[in-house]
Amino acid sequence: MRSAVLHPWLPLLPLLVIAGFWLAARLDRRRGESFMRRNGLLIGTYLVVAVGVWMLVMIVVPQISMLELSFRPKLPPVAMGGPRDVYTLENYRYFLFGSTTDTSHWNVLHLRAFAITIVASILITLFDLALCYPLAFHMAQSARPARLRLLLLLLIAPYWVNEILRAFAWRIIFAASGLLNTALLALGLISQPIDFLGQDAALYTGLSYAYLLLMIFPLYNAIETLPHEQIEAARDLGAPWWRIHRDIVVPFAKPGIASGCTLVFMLCAGALATPQILGGPRSLWFTPIVYDRFYQAFNWPLGAAYAFILLLTCVAFVLAVLRLSRLSLGEITR
Amino acid sequence: MTPDGVRRALFGFYVALFFAYLFGPLAVMGVTAFNDSAYPQAIPFGHATLRWFGEIASDDELVQGFATSLRIGMLVVLVAVPVGLAGALVMQQIHARARALYYLIVVSPVLTPGVIIGISTVIFWRDLTGVTHTRFLYNGVTLTVLGQSSFISAYCMLIFLARLQRFDGSLAEAARDLGASRGQVFAHILLPFLRPAVLSAAVLAFLASFENYNTTTFSILADKTLTTVLAGRVRQGTTPALSALAVMIVALTVAGALAYEVLRRRADRRQREERRTAREAERRELQPALEAG
Repeated sequence: MRSAVLHPWLPLLPLLVIAGFWLAARLDRRRGESFMRRNGLLIGTYLVVAVGVWMLVMIVVPQISMLELSFRPKLPPVAMGGPRDVYTLENYRYFLFGSTTDTSHWNVLHLRAFAITIVASILITLFDLALCYPLAFHMAQSARPARLRLLLLLLIAPYWVNEILRAFAWRIIFAASGLLNTALLALGLISQPIDFLGQDAALYTGLSYAYLLLMIFPLYNAIETLPHEQIEAARDLGAPWWRIHRDIVVPFAKPGIASGCTLVFMLCAGALATPQILGGPRSLWFTPIVYDRFYQAFNWPLGAAYAFILLLTCVAFVLAVLRLSRLSLGEITR
Repeated sequence: MTPDGVRRALFGFYVALFFAYLFGPLAVMGVTAFNDSAYPQAIPFGHATLRWFGEIASDDELVQGFATSLRIGMLVVLVAVPVGLAGALVMQQIHARARALYYLIVVSPVLTPGVIIGISTVIFWRDLTGVTHTRFLYNGVTLTVLGQSSFISAYCMLIFLARLQRFDGSLAEAARDLGASRGQVFAHILLPFLRPAVLSAAVLAFLASFENYNTTTFSILADKTLTTVLAGRVRQGTTPALSALAVMIVALTVAGALAYEVLRRRADRRQREERRTAREAERRELQPALEAG
């Protein structure tokens, strides 16, 4: 087994921190009563243990061990813990240069896939926002209750179908002998099937389709709380429709917009099934590349580094959205 | 046409397009499930057939995956609902200064890509079980339950937090003043109040687990769930049997959603009745006092 610097005490860490929580809970005196006294011994223990295990064993420590692994070299099991088992930046070097030692060439393949993933995810997010906004506004402000219920049901219904099967549905349409090509050929519009999968058209369509619901609901929830009188007042005062949206609805719905955009971006950038199913042989989405580091190349340290780069990008995106919209995290995760 | 009429027509056109986009692919897939052609096709439609449905039922790998998915789903409910509840209760009591950090940590799995949760779970447990000689814990089902629960617990917590916002703390205080123990307050006041939220959280947790792919595909190791089997099949090649499976899943989920709705309505009704009985009892008790006053 590996005996790296971190490992001997790694298993003890959760226990230590739970003990710390325990102590903090005992010492915490709010309203003159300690946490344990306020909840009773039994329930207090349940709370401390459940939350402690969740935070540490399930959230924080796994992330730390992933980060730690990303700074280690890929070694055969025999060499683990040996003199070559030292912390290194070689996995990150590989991401940039395609080699763990040579830094003269860029790793064009992976860097390009990474850039495309980020840019395409942003564009898909904006597309979904534009597509959903009018409908969300209609549902929240002008639809009658009966119609609203119908619309809500219709919107949720497709999401009862698994993400993989939804991608499969698009594959039936976009495949070389699929519905779209058959129809276009029959109409005489094309003489040869178009390779939609290879051109990534299917991938982008499938991705923007997959997460529509996660855009429309935050938007709807946010716009719904806007008092209709505000819009009417603006209209009575002669504001054109685009100014009503720009100056009243959009600023008011900002938390919903930020939340929808964050969700859709995250899910796109982290999507795995849709690119695996709808991507052509040459299309490179970043997440499947990460997956292949683990289960095709069996280079876990490199995979961990790639995963960490993806995580960092997503954190940066959330921070950027929060900064741009001047909101707090609590406001967009409601 | 008046400008208003034009605008309404345009909007109607947009809504029609929107829902065509939403349902078109699913409708096509539904049709292919019943078409007797070896390749999933909607046109030309040969003969209507049910043979693709028969193929699903006799597909051992799929059936096995389905069973594993069910098992994982139930285990996730058992982990995520209590953990989410604890998370929400702690959130309410935690010191104001620590609250932001606490919230950041427990909500972060919601905002972390699923693949990363899967990866970090596998790495951590590979090392932990290696060091502590508990290799038997390093298996697909355990790891998947742990990985999925990390973010599904956060979903559950958000549901509980929303419900707890409407909890009347004076009820608990009154019970305490009347001599109830902490456990009694928890069991007889807080839990009944949270019952609808517990139900919603359980259903949500199960569904989220059942259809999860991103985390599962990493953490499942050598095992297989329905979604990982499906993904493998779809990548290998497309057969109408998959369409048939989709139709079956939709039918099942619709049935499940209906059952859930019925249960929820019944719970709501019961709660309304209880509240009315309580109000009446209160009125009856106060009546003599009011008349005397």
